[in-house]
Amino acid sequence: MPRVLVLFAHPRLEKSRTNRALLSRVPKHKHITFRDLYEHYPDFNIDIGREQQLLLQHDIIVWHHPLYWYSAPPLLKQWIDLVLTFGWAYGPDGRALVGKAVQAVLTTGGADVAYTKEGFHGWTMEEFLRPLQRTATLCGMRWNDPFVVHGTNKLSQAELEGYAERYAALLLDLAWDAGGTAGALGHGALDDRIKQSNR
Amino acid sequence: MSSFLTNAVIYLGAAVLCVPVAKRLGLGSVLGYLLAGVVIGPFALGFIGQEGKDIMHFAEFGVVIMLFLVGLELEPEVLWRMRKQIIGLGSAQVALTAVLMAGLTLLVGFYDWQAGLAAGLCLAMSSTAIALQSLKEKGRMHSTAGQGSFAVLLFQDIAVIPILALMPLLAIAPARGSAEAGGMEALSGWQYTVVVLLSVGLVILAGRYVVVPLMRVVARTRLRELFTATALLVVVAVAALMELVGLSPALGTFLAGVVLANSEYSHELESDLDPFKGLLLGLFFMAVGASINFDLIASQPGTLFSITLGVMAVKIIILAMLGRLSRFSTDQNLIFSVGLGQVGEFAFVLLSFAAQLRILDAFWTDTLMAVTALSMSFTPIFMLIAERVIAWRVGRAEPEEQEADEINERNKVIIAGFGHFGSTLGRLLRANGVEATVLDNDSDQVQLLRKMGFKVYYGDATRPDLLGSAGAAEAEILVCALTPESAPELVETVHKHFPHLKLLVRSRNRTDAYELMDQGVLHIYRETLDTAVRMGVDVLKELGQRHYSAYRAGQNFIKYDESAMKELAAKRRDTGDYITSVREKIEEQESLLRKDEHHTPSHADHAWNSEELREALGKN
Repeated sequence: MPRVLVLFAHPRLEKSRTNRALLSRVPKHKHITFRDLYEHYPDFNIDIGREQQLLLQHDIIVWHHPLYWYSAPPLLKQWIDLVLTFGWAYGPDGRALVGKAVQAVLTTGGADVAYTKEGFHGWTMEEFLRPLQRTATLCGMRWNDPFVVHGTNKLSQAELEGYAERYAALLLDLAWDAGGTAGALGHGALDDRIKQSNR
Repeated sequence: MSSFLTNAVIYLGAAVLCVPVAKRLGLGSVLGYLLAGVVIGPFALGFIGQEGKDIMHFAEFGVVIMLFLVGLELEPEVLWRMRKQIIGLGSAQVALTAVLMAGLTLLVGFYDWQAGLAAGLCLAMSSTAIALQSLKEKGRMHSTAGQGSFAVLLFQDIAVIPILALMPLLAIAPARGSAEAGGMEALSGWQYTVVVLLSVGLVILAGRYVVVPLMRVVARTRLRELFTATALLVVVAVAALMELVGLSPALGTFLAGVVLANSEYSHELESDLDPFKGLLLGLFFMAVGASINFDLIASQPGTLFSITLGVMAVKIIILAMLGRLSRFSTDQNLIFSVGLGQVGEFAFVLLSFAAQLRILDAFWTDTLMAVTALSMSFTPIFMLIAERVIAWRVGRAEPEEQEADEINERNKVIIAGFGHFGSTLGRLLRANGVEATVLDNDSDQVQLLRKMGFKVYYGDATRPDLLGSAGAAEAEILVCALTPESAPELVETVHKHFPHLKLLVRSRNRTDAYELMDQGVLHIYRETLDTAVRMGVDVLKELGQRHYSAYRAGQNFIKYDESAMKELAAKRRDTGDYITSVREKIEEQESLLRKDEHHTPSHADHAWNSEELREALGKN
């Protein structure tokens, strides 16, 4: 059974209704490790050895964060900069993470239609996330289709709970599925189902 | 009246002239006062005559205030931890010295052993005034030597009372007057004990339950001079009570000081009484200087000087032996034994009492009085020599290869003071590959640091010559980690002699920081700020706040507090009032608390606050 490491980064969780809801449903499961980066490193002084050790102990890495200016909050970037070191995560001898997978979990205020070629932002979410995707693949990790919660500012309580439930299901799927592709396969379908139920 | 004014002019004028000169020559203030006393005394200019003795009795009150101040800095637990040293080291010093001196006096032709023992007991006493004053002046109270000296002096203070009680038993001829034991002679032994215990208890209870509430009331009147009056009243009242029951006033006020050490007014008391202590001690030293009987010395200089030096040698050897037994390092032992090597002010009291009881005849009383005064005058000189010896010894211990290419190895950073504060900073720098030159005046500390490979200079960091030899001319940064009291002096020296140095100065609190700001220091680090904020941040975390939010709140608070302080400092200058009184501190606290009400630093994180965003969107 694959082990899942959720690396959560939000500088002000107490003011984020959506992420609080998502976190409230993270399953307590022996193969799911939840790690709140801003809680561990308020001073940005990341314990590199500890983080690398955790990576080695898990198969699927979840980067869970709000989308700020089309990117991750600064601490997650700091984590990427410091933990994914040359000669360990990438480079000629950097093979520590080969074969693992990265699952991005994002929350954003923009609606899903805004992230289209014709939409407000002009590019798709997939395109905006290319830097993170390449970070994963450079380290030899698979890049799962991201799990995105759109339009967080306008979500009703019921919609929010729906997303939280799906997030929990995704994590359990990841932990169950040896291929680590559950997210990619499952979430599109689930997404539609939720949308329909909300209409 | 006019004679009082004339006297005041003479004493103050002599002090103002002599003390700065002595200080400039590196002789210390004690020697300066002594010299001033000699100069105005009956044997030089003759401005003052025999009234010097009366002034001395009056000025002894300086010692009483000094012990009160020492007590204020000593918390009860610390005193309790020192009990073994006080009893062990103290009693050994008094007993050994007294017995040995008694034996020696018999050898030089004393008439009987009683007289010998009485003389021995007198000579065993050391001078609290001289020893503590020089230790404090050099910032040595907390070194091994300082603690040891203090223990011995405290025991001597305690021992004076039983010795006074013992003296009449040594009298063979019937005494001329009765012992001055206050109004207590009517009481029997156990009654006396009860009275003594009751009054000690009274001091402790009154300190806790009367003085502190009284201070609070007085502080509310917002009259600074009333506060000073209260502080003096406390000391004088305790001294009077102790005198009444026949205990040492110095000991009683010391006890009162310890009781008040933990109270919120300990700092205020200290700063209010300090000038009185300084003036009275100065007066006391001048009176000692004036009382040296140069006629007697001139009539038989050889005898007097050899007795004085002999007495001091015996005292110093016994002290050094005890120091060795207590495992003091050689350097610390030197400061300890030489510092206590004189015969102290208690000897004046004991000697005149012994003369009154006819234990000692007039000749020996006068001789020993002269010896006492002489030995007190010699001590500062001996201390200077001891200092030089230590500086030479410690200086020599520096690794030779380091001296060879000293110029190339000049460090960019100098750290003045390597106590708990400075050493933490030094360790951080070292862990990050920055070697700093360290200045410290605790020889034990210096030896240890040398062993660990630090480049350390021994001595007083506020002296320009020491700074110079430590490479201040080539260094870039000077970190002042001295106790905040000595910081302004160092800042002044640096501004004057090494203006190119970037100064980073430790301060204790806002009051210190203001003083440094007035001196133009740009980088001031209040030791009460960062630690308190870190603690507050942890409280927020423990209460369940997000760690990062709490962390940012703490960082913002530091920034905000620093700028608030600059604002208040400017305001302070506007009013032209530089004196920080209790009232001002309270007012400042109040204006700070008011400012805080409008300061909610965490709300500045708008970017990450999706609740605000949602509200704004909801309105559209």
